[in-house]
Amino acid sequence: MSGASKHLATAHSVVEPGPWAKRIAGTLVVLYALITMIPLFWIVTTSIKTPPDSISYPPKIFNFTPSIEGYCNLFTTRSRQTQEYIESLGPATSRCDQIARDRSMVVVGESNYWPRFVNSIIIAFGSTFLAVFLGTLAAYGFSRFRVPLKDDLLFFILSTRMMPPIAVAIPIYLMYRELGLSDTALGMILLYTAINVSLAVWLLKGFIDEIPREYEEAALIDGYTRMQAFFRVVLPQATTGIAATAIFCLIFAWNEYAFAVLLTSGTAQTAPPFIPTIIGEGGMDWPAVGAGTTIFLVPILVFTILLRKQLLRGITFGAVRK
Amino acid sequence: MAEIRIENLHKAFGDFVAVKNSNFVVHDGEFLALLGPSGCGKTTTLRMIAGLELPTDGAILLDGENVTFNRARDRDIAFVFQLFALYPHMNVRKNIGFPLLAQGVPAAEIRTRVEETAKLLQIDHILDKPVSGLAGGDRQRVALGRAIVRRPKCFLMDEPLGTLDAEFRDVMVRELRELHNRIKATTVYVTHDQLEAMAMADKIAIMNKGVVEQFGTPEEVYNRPATLFVADFIGSPGMNFIRFEGALQAGDRAIQIGGAPVAVPEIHETLTKGPRVLGVRPEHVRFDPASPLRGTVYETEYLGTTQIVALELLGSIVRARTGAERSFTLGEELGVTFDAKRLSLFDAETGRAVDTALMREKPVAVEPRARKTAHG
Repeated sequence: MSGASKHLATAHSVVEPGPWAKRIAGTLVVLYALITMIPLFWIVTTSIKTPPDSISYPPKIFNFTPSIEGYCNLFTTRSRQTQEYIESLGPATSRCDQIARDRSMVVVGESNYWPRFVNSIIIAFGSTFLAVFLGTLAAYGFSRFRVPLKDDLLFFILSTRMMPPIAVAIPIYLMYRELGLSDTALGMILLYTAINVSLAVWLLKGFIDEIPREYEEAALIDGYTRMQAFFRVVLPQATTGIAATAIFCLIFAWNEYAFAVLLTSGTAQTAPPFIPTIIGEGGMDWPAVGAGTTIFLVPILVFTILLRKQLLRGITFGAVRK
Repeated sequence: MAEIRIENLHKAFGDFVAVKNSNFVVHDGEFLALLGPSGCGKTTTLRMIAGLELPTDGAILLDGENVTFNRARDRDIAFVFQLFALYPHMNVRKNIGFPLLAQGVPAAEIRTRVEETAKLLQIDHILDKPVSGLAGGDRQRVALGRAIVRRPKCFLMDEPLGTLDAEFRDVMVRELRELHNRIKATTVYVTHDQLEAMAMADKIAIMNKGVVEQFGTPEEVYNRPATLFVADFIGSPGMNFIRFEGALQAGDRAIQIGGAPVAVPEIHETLTKGPRVLGVRPEHVRFDPASPLRGTVYETEYLGTTQIVALELLGSIVRARTGAERSFTLGEELGVTFDAKRLSLFDAETGRAVDTALMREKPVAVEPRARKTAHG
């Protein structure tokens, strides 16, 4: 290597950060990630502790014996029985049964956690699908056609996000009671769709604006209808935007708590309001709550990992123009 | 294939008039170039023919059928976009076959027709490649393939060579013209590049500010420009303009400039005294030491076989194209004459060409499509 090129190889680039800057930035990112992981770590470890371990003081961080008691308690209902009664029963039918008997209880049935979890899936995915579907059509319309009062309409759509949705909780509660939508999956899907659709329209409009019109014009000339051009040419190119938007909508609908508490109590109750109601003997059953929360985190985690590229693109969207 | 007839076509976007009462006819199998500076309305005209824009007024007839307000897909035309608009989520084969799919052509026939088209354009080796990695010229050919696979009534092209580099553009100009000679499709080609238009087109429509200033063969627009704008726009360097005041009398064969008589083609109309312009192509400027018109050399530009000599003459700069062998010194005084039969006269107020023997000259009879076959 000649002197000049050696010099070039070690020279600082104007745009590339230097090695030290990179190391410091990397350390900071890892630190930040660790700090944000603490609550998650606590939830997951709590779910595999025994109830006494979960509330011991000083707290047991690593020095506890793992147990599946939390998960057993999450999925079952139990009743306290006398020692004589328990001894009169046959041998325990499962490990959960054995754990319950050790605590002088017997398993009497399944808990409501699983139906609530299914409700969450139906409502969150249903409302996400509707919000993204309607949002894509609306965004396409706003992006491509001469809509009268377009800017005012777009501002109006955005303005629905300017107050916390819970501010209209009471009118919605009354409305839903009158319409018979209280505690129904349909009601919750409509509500979350209404809240998410404005975000979906705005996000997707940005993505669709970036797709050159020539593609559709080419399709229109090639003999396709506007609808066919939309489905065959625009949609395939908007998949990134659609995926990013879907994640944002899903995260909101999946985690929503306030409306779920207010409007659902039984058949349509979602997991978030159900989890805090898991009460054990003599206080909160923290391992069961931890178990419920851990399982609740799984779908969103999987969905986000599957679409993480699109999510990143959605976050940095608009920062760099082509 | 079809004839395109444009009648009183008018398009306004709010207060802005993009196209003003255009009229022209593209005959079956003809290659028309719509030429003009950006914003002159050429692309808007093309988009109206395609059905991507609807005119404010006027009519568009395809083979005699009024299609002015028909949907784009019902017109049976093909369009090549400036940026090609190849569908990025499809490979080359699917891109070319996409128009056939819309017509419900059976899959086996799509396959054979796509392959025929690809052979014609010499892109059969890249049929299964994604379009994103293609070089500019191949993208261009795929876009052309998508246009010709359907055998439409006519082709519309919106600056299809605009994004290619100069060297490659020459190759594509030749390829496009060759393709036209082979398939003889009525074509409307939008460009701002006069060399492209001159090299390819049978007819050129020169547009400026929404108005078709002149419609004619490349020879006509070059040799007999109808307006000052056309005279200036066509040719490189453009036509020289020498301004003078004067009355024109029908039957005159000379005008007075700077006290000297200048022979011109016979004038066929009478105009009262007013501002006029004498138009001289650089190649029609001659040097004659005996001439009373005197100019001084201002600068020279050497071009290899020819050179451009800029002269200061009667207060304006006049460029002359002459052989490269003679050398000039700056400030040198020269006698200048013009090729009398090839001079244009304009009315400076209207910009219109004055009716002269030159303007009435019979166009040289050329079979339009035979004319360019030397390329092929």
